[in-house]
Amino acid sequence: MSASAALWATILALGLYHGLNPAMGWPIAVARGLEQRRAAAVFGTLLPLGAGHFAAMAVVLVPLAWLSWVLAWSRPIRLVAGTVVLLFGVYKLLRPRHPRALARIRPGQLAWWSFLMATAHGAGLMLVPFMLGLCSEDDMFTSLARSDVATALAVAVAHTLAMVLGGLGMAWVVYRYLGLQFLRRAWFNLDAAWAASLVLAGGAGVAMAL
Amino acid sequence: MSTFESLRPDPTFHPSPRLAMEAEPERLAYTALLSPDRSRPDALAVVDVQPGSKSYGQVLKRLDMPNKGDEFHHFGWNACSSALAPMSGHAFLQRRYLVIPGLRSSRVYIVDTQPDPANPKLVKTIEPEEIFRKTGYSRPHTVHCGPEGIYISCIGGAGADGTQGPPGVFLVDCESFEVLGRWEIERGPQKLHYDFWWNLPRDYMVSSEWGLPPQFENGIVAEDLLANRYGHQLHFWDLRDRRHTQVIDLGANHQMALEVRPAHDPTREYGFLGVVVDTTNLEASIWTWWREGGKFQARKTATIPPEAAPVDRLPVLLKGFGAVPPLVSDIDLSLDDRFLYVACWGTGELRQYDVSDPMLPKLAGSVRIGGIARHENHPTGRPFGGGPQMVEVSRDGKRVYFTNSLYSAWDPQFYPDGVPGVQVMCNAGADGGIELEREFYVDFGKDYGAHQVRLQGGDCSTDSFCYPSA
Repeated sequence: MSASAALWATILALGLYHGLNPAMGWPIAVARGLEQRRAAAVFGTLLPLGAGHFAAMAVVLVPLAWLSWVLAWSRPIRLVAGTVVLLFGVYKLLRPRHPRALARIRPGQLAWWSFLMATAHGAGLMLVPFMLGLCSEDDMFTSLARSDVATALAVAVAHTLAMVLGGLGMAWVVYRYLGLQFLRRAWFNLDAAWAASLVLAGGAGVAMAL
Repeated sequence: MSTFESLRPDPTFHPSPRLAMEAEPERLAYTALLSPDRSRPDALAVVDVQPGSKSYGQVLKRLDMPNKGDEFHHFGWNACSSALAPMSGHAFLQRRYLVIPGLRSSRVYIVDTQPDPANPKLVKTIEPEEIFRKTGYSRPHTVHCGPEGIYISCIGGAGADGTQGPPGVFLVDCESFEVLGRWEIERGPQKLHYDFWWNLPRDYMVSSEWGLPPQFENGIVAEDLLANRYGHQLHFWDLRDRRHTQVIDLGANHQMALEVRPAHDPTREYGFLGVVVDTTNLEASIWTWWREGGKFQARKTATIPPEAAPVDRLPVLLKGFGAVPPLVSDIDLSLDDRFLYVACWGTGELRQYDVSDPMLPKLAGSVRIGGIARHENHPTGRPFGGGPQMVEVSRDGKRVYFTNSLYSAWDPQFYPDGVPGVQVMCNAGADGGIELEREFYVDFGKDYGAHQVRLQGGDCSTDSFCYPSA
């Protein structure tokens, strides 16, 4: 597998991982499906969740891609970004607190909730090292993309599609086959794993830039 | 204080009411005990409620508090099934700490029920000054765990007698137990408080009214009651926005609108309210509220008449009426939203209504015990002072526990012979009907009154569910 194919695979895998994480919202889709007694509600809920997640990715990725494109300082930017992601992961490991402000969001504001949830957890940060890796690659995908900003958007789209698929798969299986009983068993506390993922992603970014 | 977050949600958190009903039955009950003359500290009793156990119906432990004069009343958990709310991300808290307010002292105790649930320990005391300073409220009452932590409603406002400013709800951090401050951002016309609850997915809170501290701390004030000066309004709030949205006045004669019991299934947008007394005819009433087209409405759906009694069997307060009012002081709704239990503390009756049709409660069962004029003992012949008061239904709906004290200063006004603390239990039939269990009679002794009961692992007035019982 070429380096860029590996990076794209990582971005898709992270999408699935984010989608399967209950903190990113699939239990909401289960609840909506049960409330409305329609499968369509499960699917419908993933759309605003996905939109919010996409926005959270784009708001982090696009400025960084633009910076690295404009400044031609791709390597220092990659080193700094990787270090920031790693440190954010360490902070999350040491201070596992729930962002309480999220409790104030109304049940109707799913896209907004999803955006804030992903941002508070550093979901976009997790992708930064891999996206910057792609921006410095010269291959079929990136030459197709006319600029690094387009690369960033492509990363956000691909990642979000995988995230929606992961979340939808989980919500659908619980809603249709496993039932609420399973919700308790499927709801793992991934806080530590999530923080460790940030550390790994940041570390990988630093390693790739060196 | 760490809550020792785990990898999986607490097994006593249930996504839906139905799953909570299917969970294993309670083995322990926690009962709030109060010293009526304030001569000794209030206490938390741990009662064995596991049938077949050697100590069934006995007090396993009495945890005495370090202060006197707290007046234990209602209490709750630090976390419940609401932690599984899909949007609030608190799924890994544990149902571990009991949060016990002192209604008279405005102190709040945090009691740890781990590692040994039968031997709870006091781990933190929130002193009244912290509550006064950070909230301007006093006389903490109802405790619920919800999206922003622990919510506690207060009956008193600021100042020595709690009348300087309105009472309300304040928030406590569910991990550090630090008082965070007032909950309300816009309180609208609300000036009195008592109970509150909510429907989390529908994002509304409902609250009720008793009276200000001078109207209850030294006993019921007959002039205020006859002048309809106790609370008679129901308030609705936008839960996430913390805004008052609507008030429903039941009519001034419907004095003391107390417990609010929303349907447990979050897809059902209705709930019940108990009113102590109608001053025009001494009736007690049950009201149903519901939401239609964005507006809440409420209607009186059941009434309980007073019972005539010879004057010599009545306390001074009631002699002029020649009758005993039912005085509905507590109601509780089973987790399947099917049976509403109604405590008539005056007449000495526990009623069970079938509320499958919430607009048409049907009397399905009744037991008589205690009571002002027609006083009945427990089926074993043992005494039962006062009448059925705080009711708590087991998660599976099969057992209905209740105690007998209303409030230290009110008990002797209605029951001059005193109300020694007792806890009893009814068995409920699958399709209705209740009967007192002969084997279960807990005697807390003459030094204590007994108030609210909480069941291990949650009960019918602690947990809020975010998923329907589909």
